[in-house]
Amino acid sequence: MVALLGAEGAATTQIGANWFVQHAWVIAVLPFVSAALTLFFGKRTPGGGPIYGIAAIAAGLVMSLGVGWHFVQGGGPYEANIQWFHIGSLQMQLGIYVDGLTAVMLVVVTTVSLMVHIYSLGYMHDDVRYTWFFVVLSLFTGAMLDVVLASNLFQLLVGWEVMGVCSYLLIGHWYEDPVNSGSAIKAFITTRIGDVPFMFGIFALIFATGLTTSNIQVISGLVANHQVSSVLVTAAALLLFGGTIGKSAQFPLYVWLPDAMAGPTPVSALIHAATMVAAGIYLVARTFQVFVSADPIALHVVAVIGAITLLLAAFLALVQNDIKRVLAYSTVSQLAYMVAALGLGPEGYPAAMFHLFTHAFFKALLFLGAGSVIHAVHSNDMKDMGGLRKVMPVTFVTFLIGSLALGGVPPFAGFFSKDEIILAAKNGHDLWLAAVLLIGAVITAFYTTRMVLLTFFGEYRGEAHPHESPRVMTAPLIVLAGATCFVGLLGFAPVGAPFLDWVYFGGEPLEAVFSPAVAIISIVAVVIGIWGGYTVYKRWRTPDPITRLGGVYTLLERKYYLDDFYWNDIVRPIRDPIAAATYWTNQYVIDGVVNGSAKLTYAFSAVASWFDRNVIDGVVNGAGTVSAMFGRGLRTIQTGKVQWYAVGLFLGVIVLTFFITTR
Amino acid sequence: MIRLPLLLLFSAFLFSTGIYGVLARRNAVMVLMAIELLLNAVNVNLIAFAGELQDVTGQVFALFVIAVAAAEVGIGLAIVILLFRNRASINVDEVDLLKW
Repeated sequence: MVALLGAEGAATTQIGANWFVQHAWVIAVLPFVSAALTLFFGKRTPGGGPIYGIAAIAAGLVMSLGVGWHFVQGGGPYEANIQWFHIGSLQMQLGIYVDGLTAVMLVVVTTVSLMVHIYSLGYMHDDVRYTWFFVVLSLFTGAMLDVVLASNLFQLLVGWEVMGVCSYLLIGHWYEDPVNSGSAIKAFITTRIGDVPFMFGIFALIFATGLTTSNIQVISGLVANHQVSSVLVTAAALLLFGGTIGKSAQFPLYVWLPDAMAGPTPVSALIHAATMVAAGIYLVARTFQVFVSADPIALHVVAVIGAITLLLAAFLALVQNDIKRVLAYSTVSQLAYMVAALGLGPEGYPAAMFHLFTHAFFKALLFLGAGSVIHAVHSNDMKDMGGLRKVMPVTFVTFLIGSLALGGVPPFAGFFSKDEIILAAKNGHDLWLAAVLLIGAVITAFYTTRMVLLTFFGEYRGEAHPHESPRVMTAPLIVLAGATCFVGLLGFAPVGAPFLDWVYFGGEPLEAVFSPAVAIISIVAVVIGIWGGYTVYKRWRTPDPITRLGGVYTLLERKYYLDDFYWNDIVRPIRDPIAAATYWTNQYVIDGVVNGSAKLTYAFSAVASWFDRNVIDGVVNGAGTVSAMFGRGLRTIQTGKVQWYAVGLFLGVIVLTFFITTR
Repeated sequence: MIRLPLLLLFSAFLFSTGIYGVLARRNAVMVLMAIELLLNAVNVNLIAFAGELQDVTGQVFALFVIAVAAAEVGIGLAIVILLFRNRASINVDEVDLLKW
């Protein structure tokens, strides 16, 4: 396979692709191998099996950094394919495409996954399905890496769907509680609704190539040269975006992500903050040529969906009492930032990817920190927290760093990436979008402040005895906090913004610019948000002051009635007839067959019984009866009167004589 | 010399009388006596043919029959006496224990 990859791969770069780039496929294969090893040998391995996944992903991280080095040196993209199978003219390939975006995603996924694996050693300790948890975690990581590395849409779809299954399995990890399995089903089906248009988008693009290939670079080339009709490209772009709406939890399909918090917290960190939801954004970025070449309406749709989701989710985050749900809605909102930035076109593209990059680190950090808190207080509800900064200093400091990054406070990661998106919006003359982004920044700062104050400040309000988490859990927090402090600088123009040289769209990297005006406006927005949050929540008050908003609060509390609408007007009208039909089938068809066969057997038995009783027994009894009748008849002859016997003898002699003499 | 057919007719008459006696009489002694008639009817037949054929074998057989008849009467009368002792009757119709 190595030889084949090398033979067909054509490195189109002045700097030769290094060993790591040429063998990048190993990064994706390793977690699958470790998942299999954990599955088959995990329980027999000392420690329950996580060692395989950790080793595989650590190796993957090292290789990812090697791949990244190629692009730090200014290397170009690398592609290698092998033939998989073909359907008529359609060639299906297995292959990797590695460019700067791929390298960044590889580093993000392997880093976060490794941290989550290590963290889970502590968090999932004593779990009933400890080994199984690591199997799915590794499998999930492998699927995500497959999506990142895939050179064609078909292979990407495979990884995409495996992630969906793993997400389902992990959300429903504690499936004994029906709420959790319900959330798992909701997540699976809701993302599936987005996957249907996504698949049709893939079909449309394959159709656009004349049914020859699903290779992304070939498709991008065709689309860029306007060899495909604009209508088809626009349709394909919108259909692909359907997949993003589902997977990256955008309006109107974001409802699954908050419920996905039913899964264990490390899962929330890995899947629902750092990687899987990023796959939707990555999909748009990978196929960005399709969006750029399509009618401008496609990118407008992307931007508008992003803007709507950004505000809706940010407002919802305001009223949540569950710390993980605050983070979940903030994830939806931050993903919407990326979507909105992508909607700006090539100018927003690097900003979106940069936000994806920084967000992965600080959101994973926040989720793992929240997990540490939940681990300590045995509750998700912020009512049961408070004052934890004294007892959990490491968690507090790292969580605070993550929160500052989320809120957009310089010099933490979130500030730089958010700033770039706002700058891109301003430069693109989409001032309405810039305004939405700024409002979003204010709300983000507000709810982040609220979350930190309610969790770590004031007096402890819970019943448990909180304690700092074990080192195996705090170490990943410290690593991620360190990353959160520094990755933002990669996109900071005054220090050269190397990120923009790695990830760009089109032929040349964008010029790194820094606008002090935008930065100041952004900082002002953040300060307003933090000041507002501090004013309202500096003291713990019940009921929550936000309930004073009355009708607005009710609207937010009911999640804009969107879940109710889906449940009452979509799920139930579809589900209930199916359930009724299934019930009817079960009751009347399946049971009917069962009961019918029983009745048939019964009837047949009755016939057999009748036959046995009347015919067989009748023959037997009849033989007896006939014998008895003959006996009764014949015994009358035996009178005991000897003379009558003599009469018989005499008559017999006469008859014999008669016969003898007449012959 | 008496003609053979006449002897045979006489023998048949005796035999028929004997049959009648055996089958119809109720008195056991009378039945025994009828049996004597039957035997003697046979004897008449044997003697008649012996004379006709000038062969002594028939006469020898007749002597045998007379001997057997004497023994038969001895046993028969003994049975009748025992019957009378047990039943105080020699009516053969009443001796019907040998039935179902």
